[in-house]
Amino acid sequence: MNLISTVAQRVLWAAILLLAVLVLNFSMMHLAPGDVADTIAQSMGGADAEVLEQIRTDYGLDQPFLSQLSNYVGKVLHFDLGYSYFYNQPVTKLIFEKLPATLILVITAQLLALIIGVLLGVYSARNQEGWVSHFVTLFALFGYSAPVFWTGILLLIAFSLKIPLFPVAGMVDVTVEGGAIAKFLDLLRHMVLPVITLASIFIALYSRLCRATMMEVLQTDYIRTAKSKGLSTREIIYKHALKNSLSPVITLAGLQFSAVVSGAVLVETVFSWPGLGTLALQSIIARDTPTILGILFFSALVVIVGNLLTDLALRFVDPRVRGH
Amino acid sequence: MNDLKNDSRSDGLAQNTDTQADLNAGINAEQLTTKARHPAADALGMFLKNRAATVALFFLVLIIITGIVGPMVYKTDPFDMVWAPFSPPGAEGFLLGTDYLGRDILAGILYGTRVSLLVGLSAALMTVFIGVSIGAMAGFFRGWVEEALMRLTEFFQVLPTLLFSMVIVALFGPTLPIITIAIGAVSWPAVARITRSEFLRIRELEYVTASRASGSKNAKLMFKVILPNALPPIIVQAALMVGSAILFEAGLSFLGLTDPNIVSWGQIIGSNRPYILDASYTVTFPGLAIFFTVLCLSLVGDGLNDALNPKLRQR
Amino acid sequence: MSALLSVENLRIELDTRAGVAPVIDDLSFSLNAGETLSFVGESGCGKSMTALAIMGLLPEKIGRVASGSILFNGEDITKASDERLREIRGNDISMIFQEPMTSLNPVFTIGEQVAEVLRRHQKLGRKAAWSTAVELLNSVRIPDAARRAKSYPHQLSGGQRQRVMIAMALACKPRILIADEPTTALDVTIQAQIFDLLEDLQAQTGSAIIMITHDMGVVAEIAERMIVMYAGRMVEHGNVDDVLSRPRHPYTKGLIGCVPHLMATLTDSRPELTEISGIVPGLNEFGQNACLFASRCNLVGQQCVQARPKEKQFENTQLSACWHAESV
Repeated sequence: MNLISTVAQRVLWAAILLLAVLVLNFSMMHLAPGDVADTIAQSMGGADAEVLEQIRTDYGLDQPFLSQLSNYVGKVLHFDLGYSYFYNQPVTKLIFEKLPATLILVITAQLLALIIGVLLGVYSARNQEGWVSHFVTLFALFGYSAPVFWTGILLLIAFSLKIPLFPVAGMVDVTVEGGAIAKFLDLLRHMVLPVITLASIFIALYSRLCRATMMEVLQTDYIRTAKSKGLSTREIIYKHALKNSLSPVITLAGLQFSAVVSGAVLVETVFSWPGLGTLALQSIIARDTPTILGILFFSALVVIVGNLLTDLALRFVDPRVRGH
Repeated sequence: MNDLKNDSRSDGLAQNTDTQADLNAGINAEQLTTKARHPAADALGMFLKNRAATVALFFLVLIIITGIVGPMVYKTDPFDMVWAPFSPPGAEGFLLGTDYLGRDILAGILYGTRVSLLVGLSAALMTVFIGVSIGAMAGFFRGWVEEALMRLTEFFQVLPTLLFSMVIVALFGPTLPIITIAIGAVSWPAVARITRSEFLRIRELEYVTASRASGSKNAKLMFKVILPNALPPIIVQAALMVGSAILFEAGLSFLGLTDPNIVSWGQIIGSNRPYILDASYTVTFPGLAIFFTVLCLSLVGDGLNDALNPKLRQR
Repeated sequence: MSALLSVENLRIELDTRAGVAPVIDDLSFSLNAGETLSFVGESGCGKSMTALAIMGLLPEKIGRVASGSILFNGEDITKASDERLREIRGNDISMIFQEPMTSLNPVFTIGEQVAEVLRRHQKLGRKAAWSTAVELLNSVRIPDAARRAKSYPHQLSGGQRQRVMIAMALACKPRILIADEPTTALDVTIQAQIFDLLEDLQAQTGSAIIMITHDMGVVAEIAERMIVMYAGRMVEHGNVDDVLSRPRHPYTKGLIGCVPHLMATLTDSRPELTEISGIVPGLNEFGQNACLFASRCNLVGQQCVQARPKEKQFENTQLSACWHAESV
């Protein structure tokens, strides 16, 4: 019961946040200098005053701001994000074409970063003078300081251009023949470099935090209790200590979803990954307002869903969050 | 059943385990010798003890001087086509080579230093200003003010930072002030959270209660009593913010969302990206510049953390 | 009869910033099966270090057994392998700690934390371990144990958590139970309940108990023999009745003088409460060839600051490390 009502509250708050995102973005678009009708006309190859007027009526641009806003929100509630005048497609369709690619990238990178980060952190906390520990310290610094697009380009130069191990760009190779397995392997081959690039920042972040919390947890009374029970080192580390070290890492991971999406935009650009980031850059340059709004909406949705999942994971890991 | 806790020996350690007391005794003995020093001197000492941070600070000063003096000394215009495109580093006196338009990479990096540092610093200042104001009010006033401000913070944390500032820059024009605002507008929530938790912690401390009891006004309590004590973690965060603002600016200009009339590190990488097969150095060197600057800033941040965090100081 | 546990000339060293300090300095004692032995002294006197040494849980890297031996059933624990120590811990020798609030793992149910010991040492299966754990929780008087077993530590009061710790420690009916200030963090009313519980359970399991405390009242109530520690050294040793009625060390005398209730019951008069003036020596003073209590002692003489007192055996069970033991 407790869980259900908390989740319900969370979902309601998430919906309010999303609505706020919509309103803010829409207002921002309208505050911006420049005439949308002009942009639309340009994408159609220029127009005279009469056509501009026509465009304004078609797109409802002649109406007062508030009614435009409520129109837009109403349409979004019906899963209609408008029509892209740059791509000549409904925005929803456009986004659903690109969203899976971004999700694959974001989710794989986040999971990989969590797993590797935690393993590195645990290992280096146990062997504080070992080379892995020093590696984690250095990697944490480097991973944080290197611009992600630069890391990506360097990896691209090294492992696709100089040593052609991985494809240079894209997500699938249309010339690959064969069944689902061959297609899947091809996807994996394309994923390696972008995922490593994106994950590297977060591996750095998580391993450093996990190392610090693990070192703290290993000093606690309940670890002493676990030792006094005669448990094996493996049980003490991977059962008693790890579960306690996870919640700060998961909390941090939850706060990073927005950063992961941001990183994905850059990584997609470097590796020509056909996702929302690439679409976002194109539509921003083309000033394709409906598409931009749609992407902002969906990326906020990704972050919010990510936060919700984090909360659930936290409740799973730490009973204290569940309340009394 | 009575216990010795009530007796008048009151060594104050009755609650400690023996182990802790043993360890404390060892530490106390050593601390006696350093007690008399001024706190600022103490902090400086701690900072200098962190050798990496000291070296990083030295290089950071060097980078700042380069940003100011570099373009005055090395007069090549970064937009001029000075030699054949793709001249490798060292050729014809161009230390870092030329790019796809035959522009001098070294000149670009020197001019870019200014932009990166300027945007990094001003965006960090803006971030700290917004974050501290919001966090301080939330932590000080509690109640509905806190609720509302923290909801606002949460809202801004949901916005995908880079996408949002890309849109701002695209809509309002790619000028340095707009870029700075775009970065500041999305980066402040972290600072707000830290400030709020510090305020929440400090406002319950006795000297704050004492000051309140002696009739201090809210403004005095906030800015003269609580804020100075909340500053250490904020300063550390601010140092890290400069680094992340530089990374942020680099990302934006890599994507082409930057003033086309100003050279910046990210922009050199972005514009040379199509030619990495022929001239990888055109992206390597500007990237190194970003990497090295941000690395120095994070090391200095670490050093500040050592110097200003009293909890760590005791370790 | 040979002793269950016999500690011989134990010296434990701890690395501190000021150098190496002997936190246990030449300690010898023995423990017989089923008896209760109490360690008394102020914080920092080395009581807990003794306990941790017996458990093989001295702080890693900074603490070590420098010399001496700890014989459990004739086996020297200080030389045992890690694997062997893990077999002993929680099974033959177990321990409960001072801080029930932090000594249980917050993210596992209490049933799991008890059952875990049974799975480890008694090789019970999941189900059997769980139902035994519930029985154990019941035996430490956790109400509604079957349901409570699924609770997490934060849902329990301090007293209940300490009961869980006791259930955990006694799960395998250990030969020795070390209780390190088990009630210091609890309310006075709860303290009495916990001691009653410990005594009842001791009657059932036949475990010997090493009770570490700074509370003379506890000693009088629960222990048969007692060892008074000061600055890493044993200063007095003997049967509780003997020591309390006629302490042979000025420090013991001082400790007894601090407890009003105890004095009243022992003498039926109301003597003035006394205090021990001065402070415990710092770790850097440990190990000197002198009486470490000298600075706080009103019997102090020339000899006290020149040499470490020899232990004097009295007619009864008492043993005192004081140059002026006869005149105390």
